[in-house]
Amino acid sequence: MSDKLKRAKAYWKENLRYLLILLSIWFVVSYGCGILFSEELNQFRLGGFKLGFWFAQQGSIYVFVILIFVYVRLMNKLDKKYGFDE
Amino acid sequence: MSVQTWTWILVGVTFALYFGIAIWARAGSTKEFYVAGGGVSPLANGMATAADWMSAASFISMAGLISFAGYDGSVFLMGWTGGYVLLALLLAPYLRKFGKFTVPDFIGDRYYSNTARTVAVICALIVSFTYVAGQMRGVGIVFSQFLQVDINLGVIIGMSVVLVFAFLGGMKGITYTQVAQYCVLIFAFMVPAFFISMQMTGNIIPQIGMGGEIESGTYLLDKLDTLHTELGFNEYTSGTKSTWDVFAITLALMVGTAGLPHVIVRFFTVPKVKDARKSAGLALLFIAILYTTAPAIAVFSRTNLIETVSNKEYEQIPVWFKNWENTGLIAWSDKNGDGKIQYVAGDALVGKPKYIHARGAHGERLVSNANSEANELYVDKDIMVLANPEIANLPNWVIALVAAGGLAAALSTAAGLLLVISTSISHDLIKKQLKPNISEKGELLAARISIIVAIIIAGLFGIYPPGFVAAVVALAFGLAAASFFPAIILGIFDKRMNKQGAVAGMIVGITLMLIYMIVYKTGLWMVFDPLPKSEWWFGTSPEGFGTIAMLVNVVVSIVVSRLTAAPPKEVQDLVENIRIPSGAGEASSH
Repeated sequence: MSDKLKRAKAYWKENLRYLLILLSIWFVVSYGCGILFSEELNQFRLGGFKLGFWFAQQGSIYVFVILIFVYVRLMNKLDKKYGFDE
Repeated sequence: MSVQTWTWILVGVTFALYFGIAIWARAGSTKEFYVAGGGVSPLANGMATAADWMSAASFISMAGLISFAGYDGSVFLMGWTGGYVLLALLLAPYLRKFGKFTVPDFIGDRYYSNTARTVAVICALIVSFTYVAGQMRGVGIVFSQFLQVDINLGVIIGMSVVLVFAFLGGMKGITYTQVAQYCVLIFAFMVPAFFISMQMTGNIIPQIGMGGEIESGTYLLDKLDTLHTELGFNEYTSGTKSTWDVFAITLALMVGTAGLPHVIVRFFTVPKVKDARKSAGLALLFIAILYTTAPAIAVFSRTNLIETVSNKEYEQIPVWFKNWENTGLIAWSDKNGDGKIQYVAGDALVGKPKYIHARGAHGERLVSNANSEANELYVDKDIMVLANPEIANLPNWVIALVAAGGLAAALSTAAGLLLVISTSISHDLIKKQLKPNISEKGELLAARISIIVAIIIAGLFGIYPPGFVAAVVALAFGLAAASFFPAIILGIFDKRMNKQGAVAGMIVGITLMLIYMIVYKTGLWMVFDPLPKSEWWFGTSPEGFGTIAMLVNVVVSIVVSRLTAAPPKEVQDLVENIRIPSGAGEASSH
């Protein structure tokens, strides 16, 4: 039982670290690139798009989708590592 | 074949499909009725969540909204997708592991208190009812626009259809109909988008076409910015709202999305924790297909509209313009008497068009409420999706598809919300509080009766829309953000959080949000009008205030919980348990 507790603690700690990293990216692409710094980024271009505008209406959404699938992969591995997978 | 015939055929075929699924997926137990037996595959759940989530507003109004708002429209795009990241990372896996039926279930058990459960039920009912009223109205509008059926009869037809598959199948019936509805709505949304993108930019993928070049060798978006500047509008790609307000609205919409009970409950329907994570990803993928196409449609139709009407003789205008003028979504008032349409910045009318029963010198419908500004054209934002296929001269069957898609979007969302309402009553109130020893059969019967009552109330809202509904639908997100989201997150990530903290936080959060809404958005009927923009706290609009109310909720919860006793040992064990994914199967056996 105490082994399970120890594993659970370590599992939770790694999980929180993943969350912190992934949510930082989430914040930077949407609130950073799409909102706070969109004016500045608009000086750069991605084809016909101004970059800040692209992040706000396209790029951030693509990143959101990728983030969730990265999370799914990371967690599936983590579940296996600590023996919590089903 | 005419558009009308095509529309009847497509609507008839899709409705027959929904009925067929409803009969196939009848629910036999409360578990099937509430969470589809917990055996839905992640792929099916992803599609169902996407259909559940994308409402009549997403399908019909959003592209138009962005079309008129330009960059400012980004708040909806980011706000209504970014919430899924929060949902996938912070809520879905843990709530699935907890494995009961509803959000109030979690709140009630985690905070070992029926007071907390009741507060959660009330919040769920407020959020869901404000949301569902708009859906029923949407069904009525689609029927009246495309099939010339009276709007109220349209609402009644919509109610009856939802009734059949929700009553028979509960969550099980709803889930599999939603899968079908997702396919219908995404097909209906994408086909016109492919056509128009191809026509305007030569690239069939709208997401790429949006950034592409038009014939003359200039970029489409640059062209649109130039058109906007010439006509006195703001540049399309830069906004008018303050950066803080854009930030606050986006955050309120994201957090609100993650806190909406009809979305959360979908993650109770998959077998395992890892399925919950995966289906959140799939749901967002399916949603993103529409949400990255909508801004492209917005750009195409905005450019098309300006080029078709600006400074053109009314008598030379294409026939779609006059058709939509007849349905009341377009109005032109020849203020300077030159027979041409001047479309520039500013409102053309005071509010919505008030037609008088007479035609002007050029055959236009006259209105009584034109103002003195230079702009002569009123265009309803919904027209951007509804009329887009006509504006682009697409075949009749494509135009008819839009009607079937709009109905699929409205019905799927309405069904999901109605289920949450009926579950709140039959499970959270009757089974958990009033009559704990009610039999399985009795509870199922109660669930079915409450879904009928909920549908009737929602239908009445659709037929007699109270003036405040339109104004508060957007605020449903603020309400969800201010109430549920902090209570659930803290319940998972803060083991020390106790019932006093959570209850105080939820009550303070939702009350604050309601007060701000009334004071600055809706006013109080017969008592006072809403206060003006200049009085907003820190320049925060009512739509963005959910962010502040949520933060206040978090602070109140933490402070109160630290001043009162820690939660009992078994609740702390419950928290430990939901943090670990294995064993979700046993946890769900009720």
